[in-house]
Amino acid sequence: MKKLHWEKAAANGLLNRRHLLQLGLTGLGAAGASAALGQDAGSILRIPDWSRMPGPGASAYGERSPFAGNLQRMASNPDPIYPGGGASRSPLQFLQGTITPNGLHFERHHAGVPAIDPAGHMLVINGLVSQPLAFSYENLLKYQMVSRIYFLECSGNSGALLRGGNADGSAQSLHGLLSGAEWTGVPLATLLDEAGVLPEARWVAAVGADAASMGRSVPIEKALDDVLVALYQNGEPIRPEQGYPMRLFCPGWEGNISVKWLTQLKLMREPAQFRDETSKYTDTMPDRSSLQFTFPMGVKSLITSPSGQMNLPQPGIYQVTGVAWSGHGAIRRVEVSADGGSTWAEAMLQSEPTAKALARFTIPWEWSGGAAVLQSRATDSAGNVQPVRDAVLAARGSIGFYHNNCIQSWGVDDGGAISNVYV
Amino acid sequence: MSMSKFAARLYKKSLALAALALWMAPAGSQEARIQLGAHITEDQLRGFDLIAAPDGSGMPPGAGTAREGREVYNRRCLACHNLNGEGVSGNTVIVGGDMQSEESPLRTVGSYWPHASTLFDFIRRAMPADAPKSLTDEEVYQVTAYVLFLNGIIGEDQSINSETLTAIVMPNGNGFVDLSHLH
Repeated sequence: MKKLHWEKAAANGLLNRRHLLQLGLTGLGAAGASAALGQDAGSILRIPDWSRMPGPGASAYGERSPFAGNLQRMASNPDPIYPGGGASRSPLQFLQGTITPNGLHFERHHAGVPAIDPAGHMLVINGLVSQPLAFSYENLLKYQMVSRIYFLECSGNSGALLRGGNADGSAQSLHGLLSGAEWTGVPLATLLDEAGVLPEARWVAAVGADAASMGRSVPIEKALDDVLVALYQNGEPIRPEQGYPMRLFCPGWEGNISVKWLTQLKLMREPAQFRDETSKYTDTMPDRSSLQFTFPMGVKSLITSPSGQMNLPQPGIYQVTGVAWSGHGAIRRVEVSADGGSTWAEAMLQSEPTAKALARFTIPWEWSGGAAVLQSRATDSAGNVQPVRDAVLAARGSIGFYHNNCIQSWGVDDGGAISNVYV
Repeated sequence: MSMSKFAARLYKKSLALAALALWMAPAGSQEARIQLGAHITEDQLRGFDLIAAPDGSGMPPGAGTAREGREVYNRRCLACHNLNGEGVSGNTVIVGGDMQSEESPLRTVGSYWPHASTLFDFIRRAMPADAPKSLTDEEVYQVTAYVLFLNGIIGEDQSINSETLTAIVMPNGNGFVDLSHLH
């Protein structure tokens, strides 16, 4: 057998990303490439039973294989006082690629999910416009639409980690308020143009049709730039928990401003100063001033596998993979460290990254069986580099918990158990 | 008018306009734009547009005092926000706090909220949580006044209307830095 020589890319076992092409690794399940097809090879290489009888036919709606694991969102415990105000998190550690299946896209609601019949739903544009307008769902479907792939991240994602404490969790529980999807809809600029925006209009106040009539104000520059009135998600009508029949989608910005169940857009001189842009979604600094309208999500990345609460079964070669994203542009590169940030190796990006979308990175790692700290660090097309946790804390403290984009550290102990650590 | 009736009427009208727009578009023209928004008036949006802004726009007629608001509050708000606004859980505390406290400050209407208009706006659109939009405008003014009173911002008999509400300077009114120009 040919002796393989792994070229080291950084300390503690990180290998040159080129080796991925030779290894054909598929993640944790394929740990230990050299052990592939062990003693059981004889029984595996028989014709299996399912090749000897026809299976069930076509179905109305496809489901995952029962052998593929029970992928679920992780819902927070509902507040008995306010049961509609909750969230559920995407199972990032079990997903690959950059698109989140619709049923696993994270949720955050402020008064539950309204059951909207589009026949009774209107999108109104009013305020500082030449002609106030109302659009039915049916009529919006007749407009020329565009499809764009974007990430969506709640600004509270990863927030608990700023305050520290014993945050033992998984990629899902700690960072799962993040998803990626293809959004299809009508550019907001098209509809605003039809209404005729008056020159004095500087903000668009967007309101949803949920029980909280959740509202957020969007600056006119953004509204006329890349904002969509989204009607489809990954090819199907947006699901109720994502805003059916329509939602605002503000690419790259904190999730809350992509108002779901969108029913009103009011052109105004000043922001409406809604509850969710004053008392919530504002960032209080150590000097007790609070930053308002901190919209873009900062450059960030996360190793999704191996990650918190997983176990490495034995020393050997693993595929380290994760996602990176930035509200300021496209991901340019992702580096990975296995020694807590002392040395770094550049990971491979699986496809050419696009602006404000998830990028998937991957790099092979040979775990020696000793202690390790896995980290990833993203750089975006605007030159922003993902900061370490101490830098975020030094810059803004931990009173506010929104917009935490710091580097995640996964500690691996000598038994292979992985957990969140603070480095 | 109920929302569904409102929608149905607009829908009928928009169908007619859609037919007109399609009829007007020259055959084969690349420049023909789809314009299917039904023309409406701001008058039609009374009861639909609930945005009450710091400049007073969107505030309905009416007024209320804290003394009047106490009764509405005790009936509709007390179960979650407690007798004096001290709440029953983290998110329901609406009174107290000090932005300059040594520990992480408790942020409430009194200690944190920069605009009094937000209180009216939020109560009218989202409260009470079990039956949002069930208070009359008059009751919303009264409860707004009561919450401001509980926070020591106004007196018990001070009348709150669109003008007096928007004139109130909140304790943390200068505590915010607008970063919207950066994006």
